[in-house]
Amino acid sequence: MLAALVVIALLGGWEAYARLGSIDDFILPAPDQVAASLWEDRGLLWDNLLVTAQEVVLGLALALAAGALLALALHRFGPLRRAVYPLLVGTQAIPIVTIAPLLAAWFGYGLLPKLVIVALVCFFPIVVTTLDGLAAVDPEQHKLLRSLGASRAQTFRWVEAPAALPAALSGAKIAVAVGGIAAVFAEYAGSEKGLGHLLLQSIPQLETARAWAAVTVLAALAICCFALLALAERRLAPWAHRKDPDA
Amino acid sequence: MATRVGAPVVEARELEGEVRLQGLTRRFGEVVALQDVALRIAPREVVAVVGPSGCGKSTLLELVCGLQEPSDGTVHAGRAVLMPQRDLLLPWLDARDNAALPLRLAGTNKSDARAQAHALLTELGLDGFEASRTWELSGGMRQRVAVARTLLSGAPILCLDEPFGALDAITRADAQTWLSAILHRTPRTVLLVTHDVEEAAVLADRVLVLSPRPGRIVADLAVDLPRTATGRDPTDARVVAVRARALEALRGAMA
Repeated sequence: MLAALVVIALLGGWEAYARLGSIDDFILPAPDQVAASLWEDRGLLWDNLLVTAQEVVLGLALALAAGALLALALHRFGPLRRAVYPLLVGTQAIPIVTIAPLLAAWFGYGLLPKLVIVALVCFFPIVVTTLDGLAAVDPEQHKLLRSLGASRAQTFRWVEAPAALPAALSGAKIAVAVGGIAAVFAEYAGSEKGLGHLLLQSIPQLETARAWAAVTVLAALAICCFALLALAERRLAPWAHRKDPDA
Repeated sequence: MATRVGAPVVEARELEGEVRLQGLTRRFGEVVALQDVALRIAPREVVAVVGPSGCGKSTLLELVCGLQEPSDGTVHAGRAVLMPQRDLLLPWLDARDNAALPLRLAGTNKSDARAQAHALLTELGLDGFEASRTWELSGGMRQRVAVARTLLSGAPILCLDEPFGALDAITRADAQTWLSAILHRTPRTVLLVTHDVEEAAVLADRVLVLSPRPGRIVADLAVDLPRTATGRDPTDARVVAVRARALEALRGAMA
């Protein structure tokens, strides 16, 4: 409710500024022009959305798989964690914008370099939250499992994996918000389709309204992915939202 | 050298429930948690351990369960399973699957494990709650599930660490009743740590009193009253007398 009011107020302000100010349409189109473009270019936007959505979803899936595996390995082997964790933080300082063209040159112009870039950006929050989830298991719980004669693999199956699941999904929720940006950078570096590609073409053509429409669609994509992950979390890990008297 | 989990199969089954501690000392760095503890617990005996906080009661249980190694002395015990102070139920499993956990860990298939867990939960008065999520259960119910999990481990020795410490007085009295009932039907060796001398007098065959750190056994009181299917009446004069003796020993230990 409040969020809707804020959005309406912002749009109203924007509309007034664009219409009443001396700003050219191709510099800053008014929201109604963006809305018109959303409708008129719907076919074009949809086709490009499908491409970008595929990159984001597959890239995120790749990041989840790789991130969870890496987190598990780091959790299992203390020396590995101490050796690799700083390096992992270091990778986050790599400016994706500048290495995207290198990856494009390396992996070609197809889907693969996009997946790699999206996954590179997404996997860090997933590793960090999953690692925290694994480490947050009560030491008493480990003691109990040991007393019941559980093996290392059984402890993972019954305790650690379920404990890490909601954490990994939380990481994915953080990641998906930036996943769209990563996909756009990847498309900037070389592509024939996708919302990033559309943006790159629309701006020099002075189709600013279309560019803003593409941004709107990107935002909608991020919101949808976030909502789907939140739903998955509720379905797969209902306990994570319960106040456990023992927790 | 301690013989532990996986005690020789040739040993008579009856002896699996026996606990023998000799010259048992446990140090953590400079701190001596337990000193020179000697103790023999017969199979199926229920022994309560009382003592001031930090006297090494929990350490004693963990030594018996093989979760810690003694610094000195020996632990001879069959398979012993620990029931920690907090119930530690897994929130991703329902009540029945929590109780069935030790069976699943031992390789029992899902449906058999669930059937056994369901039967025991029913016996503990949780019929109809077997599919409840852990957060839907009251504190007393959670404790029943934790006890069911401990029993289903099949271990001949149970080490209960203040199992009812977090429960209110009425729920605790109720818990003592059903625990007595279950031990009456399926006797096990029990080592029960409690800070409540009344609980000790109601449930146990013997009450051990530990001194403040370093923990030593300063009194070993035989209760000499038969255990019953419902637990002893805490207002029974003889139970009150045991309680008074234990309290006196505890005061002596603190002085």
